[in-house]
Amino acid sequence: MDAEADGLVEVSEDGDPSRRRRVHGMLKLYYGLNEEGKAEEEQESLDPCDINGPHFDPEHYLNKLRRECSLAELMDQETCMVKQIRSLDSDMQTLVYENYNKFISATDTIRKMKNDFKKMEDEMDCLSANMAAITEFSACISGTLQDQHAQITKLSGVHTLLRKLQFLFELPARLNKCLELQAYAQAVNSHRRARCVLRQYSHLPSFKGIQDDCHAIMDKLAQELRQKFRDGGSSAKDLAQCVELLLQLDEPAEELCDKFLSHARSRLESDLQGLEAEIRPYPSAPAVKDVPARRSTSIAGAGSPADLSPKTSALPSPTSNTDILEFIDRGCNEFVSSLCLVIASYQELFINHAQAGELASKNIPQMANGKLHAFVDDLAARYFSLVERRIQEEKGVGDNSLLVRALDRFHRRLQAVAKLLPGSPVPNKGIEIVIRAATERVKQYLAALQSFYMDSLTDVRQALATPRLSVAGASVAGGGALHGGPASGRDAPTSLPELLSSLSASILNQIKSVLASVHLFTAKDITFSNKPYFKGEFCSQGVRESLVVNFIKFVCQSSRQFCESAGDKGGSTPPVLLLLLSRLCLDYETSTISYILTLTDEQFLVQHHSPVTPVTTLCEEAREAAQKLLNHYVKVQGLIISQMLRKSVETRDWVNTIEPRNVRAVMKRVVEDTTSIDVQVGLLYEEGVRKAHSSDSSKRTFSVYSSSRQQARYAASYTPSAPMDTNLLSNIHKLFSERIDIFSSVEFNKVSVMTGIIKISLKTFLECVRLRTFGRYGLQQIQVDCHYLQMYLWRFVSDENLVHFLLDEIVCSSAHRCLDPAPMEQSVIEVICERG
Amino acid sequence: MEDDAPVIYGLEFQARALTAQTAETDAIRFLVGTQSLKFDNQIHIIDFDDENNIINKNVLLHQAGEIWHIGASPADKAVLTTCYNKTSNSRVVSCAAVWRMPTDWETASHESPDDTAHNPQTLELLCHLDDSAHGNAACVLWEPMGDGKRVISLADNHALLWDLQESSTQATVSSTATLEGKGQLKFNAGKWSPHHNCSQLATANDTVIRGWDLRTMSQIYCIENAHGQLVRDLDFNPNRQYYMASCGDDCKVKFWDVRNVQEPVKTLEEHSHWVWSVRYNHSHDQLVLTASSDSRLILSNMVSISSEPFGHLVDDEELSEGEDNHQDDKSKEPLKDSVVSTYEEHEDSVYAAEWSSADPWLFASLSYDGRLVINRVPRALKYRILL
Repeated sequence: MDAEADGLVEVSEDGDPSRRRRVHGMLKLYYGLNEEGKAEEEQESLDPCDINGPHFDPEHYLNKLRRECSLAELMDQETCMVKQIRSLDSDMQTLVYENYNKFISATDTIRKMKNDFKKMEDEMDCLSANMAAITEFSACISGTLQDQHAQITKLSGVHTLLRKLQFLFELPARLNKCLELQAYAQAVNSHRRARCVLRQYSHLPSFKGIQDDCHAIMDKLAQELRQKFRDGGSSAKDLAQCVELLLQLDEPAEELCDKFLSHARSRLESDLQGLEAEIRPYPSAPAVKDVPARRSTSIAGAGSPADLSPKTSALPSPTSNTDILEFIDRGCNEFVSSLCLVIASYQELFINHAQAGELASKNIPQMANGKLHAFVDDLAARYFSLVERRIQEEKGVGDNSLLVRALDRFHRRLQAVAKLLPGSPVPNKGIEIVIRAATERVKQYLAALQSFYMDSLTDVRQALATPRLSVAGASVAGGGALHGGPASGRDAPTSLPELLSSLSASILNQIKSVLASVHLFTAKDITFSNKPYFKGEFCSQGVRESLVVNFIKFVCQSSRQFCESAGDKGGSTPPVLLLLLSRLCLDYETSTISYILTLTDEQFLVQHHSPVTPVTTLCEEAREAAQKLLNHYVKVQGLIISQMLRKSVETRDWVNTIEPRNVRAVMKRVVEDTTSIDVQVGLLYEEGVRKAHSSDSSKRTFSVYSSSRQQARYAASYTPSAPMDTNLLSNIHKLFSERIDIFSSVEFNKVSVMTGIIKISLKTFLECVRLRTFGRYGLQQIQVDCHYLQMYLWRFVSDENLVHFLLDEIVCSSAHRCLDPAPMEQSVIEVICERG
Repeated sequence: MEDDAPVIYGLEFQARALTAQTAETDAIRFLVGTQSLKFDNQIHIIDFDDENNIINKNVLLHQAGEIWHIGASPADKAVLTTCYNKTSNSRVVSCAAVWRMPTDWETASHESPDDTAHNPQTLELLCHLDDSAHGNAACVLWEPMGDGKRVISLADNHALLWDLQESSTQATVSSTATLEGKGQLKFNAGKWSPHHNCSQLATANDTVIRGWDLRTMSQIYCIENAHGQLVRDLDFNPNRQYYMASCGDDCKVKFWDVRNVQEPVKTLEEHSHWVWSVRYNHSHDQLVLTASSDSRLILSNMVSISSEPFGHLVDDEELSEGEDNHQDDKSKEPLKDSVVSTYEEHEDSVYAAEWSSADPWLFASLSYDGRLVINRVPRALKYRILL
């Protein structure tokens, strides 16, 4: 737009005047010129009637007055005018007068000044003349003094030099004196100051002499320092000073380090030897010592094992050496603290100090650090091996707190080393030792638990073996024993459940006390307990798996071993023990295992990083063991009764026996034993379910022999029989009865156990009968015996039909094996049996 | 591959004694001796027709008494021994004798099948193996694979080695061994070892197994407490000379290496009552048959202690033909011992089980109620062993 406008302006520049005026007006506006101001000025000055104005025109003024005013007014105007003129005149006279006076006094002053200046000019002339004279003099004096000044300067230089020389010449003497006074620092300082000069002027013979002297003295001094250093009796501060001075004497630092360390080593080694001496002298003492200790802690250990330790440490038995706490204490106080001291002073001397001084350039800190590390590692390794040896001797599991506290102290003191020597592997090795000791301890506890378990089993065995408790002995021979069964069993029961509960309680207590002891390793106030190993792996793998789980497994395994070892060697384990253990394992399965594991998990807050054995597996194992034990118990008891029956059948001449008048004593014995077994089992196992009894179970007769079936069986015909013909009837009978597994698994209840035992016994009876040949009375005796057994045994089993069936088979088989099968009257049998 | 159903044969009498006719290698034939106190006892000759699955039987009378043990001569089909009980004067005496079957028993039965049953032929007594000085005979053992001239009888605590002369009509005791010890010792069972030139005998009394050298009649080994209870039977592995199986009242079957008598090599606990009989298969010694009074018969495959622990080894020739290389690999891995099969056809105690001498895949078992069951090894296993 503007460009266009400009273009337009240029084009119509000449042809448009109105436009030019406008531009002019804008400039005027810019400079602030306005026409109004001009008008005001004009108004003011243009009034000719203003008597005070510059443009006053008297003529005009008079004319105006004459025209406008009356005479009176004129008269007044005239008077007023005169008055004003007069006052103006007097004012003017006054002004003139005043100005005149001032002029006169000014004239006077100027005249006076003219006089003073003339005087001053004269004095100035005089001064310049004087100054010229002074300049002249001064030049003259300095000219004269020039020579002397140079001489004095030279003399003072000579003086300084002489003093230095004197110092040098006096140096040997001074050094000697220092040496005498043992002011080694001063001597070294002096020598250091002179050293450079002496070295520089050593070509001059006189200086050479001094230097040699100095050297000799300094050598002596160094010798003395070294001696002092070597003696080692001096305090650390002295030692430090020695080293510092020696370093200043350009003694090679490496050598000094070595010397320092070897010196320190000798002292530390004496500490180590002291420690070693403590380990060596007792080969068997701790083992002896810990036996009584275990007893006491097994009781008190569960409650507060920590309380015991001060007592035991305070009262070391006279025979034993220092306990481990004392040992570690000694190790810490002597070895570790002096090691720390050595490290600290060494670092102060060779590393920190050297870093500050001029020695830093020589790579001394690195070298010194390397040496220190090697030194510490070496000695620590020896210390550790000693500690480990000592820990290994700590076999007794009695007082764990002592060991834990010892380990804690051991670990804690190593922290100091860690702080002093940041990169050192020593603390880690210390931790490893602690971990090893802990694992070892856990293993020892497991072994202790195991031996405790075996011991308590032995105790139980002994308790069972004492006649008072023997169940077999409790029942007396004779018919009365049957009714007295429960009564005679009363002696045995006093102990069976009690034994079980005391056994299980003592095992549990032992486990608890062991857990409490092991728990010390993870206590909060123990420094190493917060290491990841003790938080995690120790709890889950160490305590839970290798201690608790392994122990439970051991219990199960050892129980199973009872079954296996006893199986062939003919009952080396008393059957009652089997029963007891079976119940123990079953209890473990139902509650104890989960209780123990929960307890462990709670106490140790086990977080399972690695897979652990679940409770169910252990329970299964325990149940398996319980089952196996119970089966074995049934088998053993069954075999004992079987043996009696077998002997009784095998040794008798059944063909030529007399007519039965009594039930054979063996059968009574069998019933007695069965009764006492029943009581025994009843103490530990529940009754169990049995099928409903028929009302007259005991009265039941053996239908077999009188039945027609028997005839069918004996109706031997020589007709060419097709397979499955004549035996049909007897087989049909068996078709309806279930197959009986004789040595089969039993359930965890009394009835099932008793059924198993009776099954085994009767089957044996059957098989033995089948191997014999009977006469008439032999068969009848068997009839009587079987009836007697039927009368008493039905009540023990779950299904009386089973007893009935087996006895039926026995009678039947003996009838088969009879040369002259003439059965006895049922009524007679009953009479005989009831007579007892 | 369905297995054939078992074949069952019922005897009228109770029976314990069973043997295969050892000298017979063509026909599948078993001999069963009955036990009856009141009637004449019989020996049933059971022929099994494998193709038709039919049993043919012939009956011979054994009037001497009830049979407790029976043994067939390995050389002469017609000759057998029995141990039997004889009752006389209210006394039961155990005797042993050598018998010969009538020559025409077979033809007779074929010609007039109806008559044989009614008029059974009688065994011909060759000689008694009795020596009144040596008590009751428990069993008679033939020399394995011998010429039928030598037998051993076990009587109470004596082992008597007999020489049979004059076509077995005369028997003389050539040597004896006596078990010495406390109490009344009695042999339960015995087995003549087929190894070492038939110079060894194993016997069982109570829980002890003893080995005897027949040349000197002295004891060579003794396994004390071989079983927790009575030992009921023994058998030698036909292919491994030191291996022996035993069974007993502890329900266990144990396998022994007689060079180490401390521990059994293997123990089986499959039965739930006494085990009365154990038998190795004559040709495939991994197959072991056990009979028990729990009315069961169990066939076990004891590969790991057999003479072929890696199964059937492929011959080099077969390999060179280049067939089935993978089979070679497979056969290298040891096979597992296992129970092949449990036979429950019996309903009473099974006292005897025998392999057929003619067909190695066939066996018979006898229960007390007189039921004889003939079974075969399952085909799957048979082919696995063969191929």
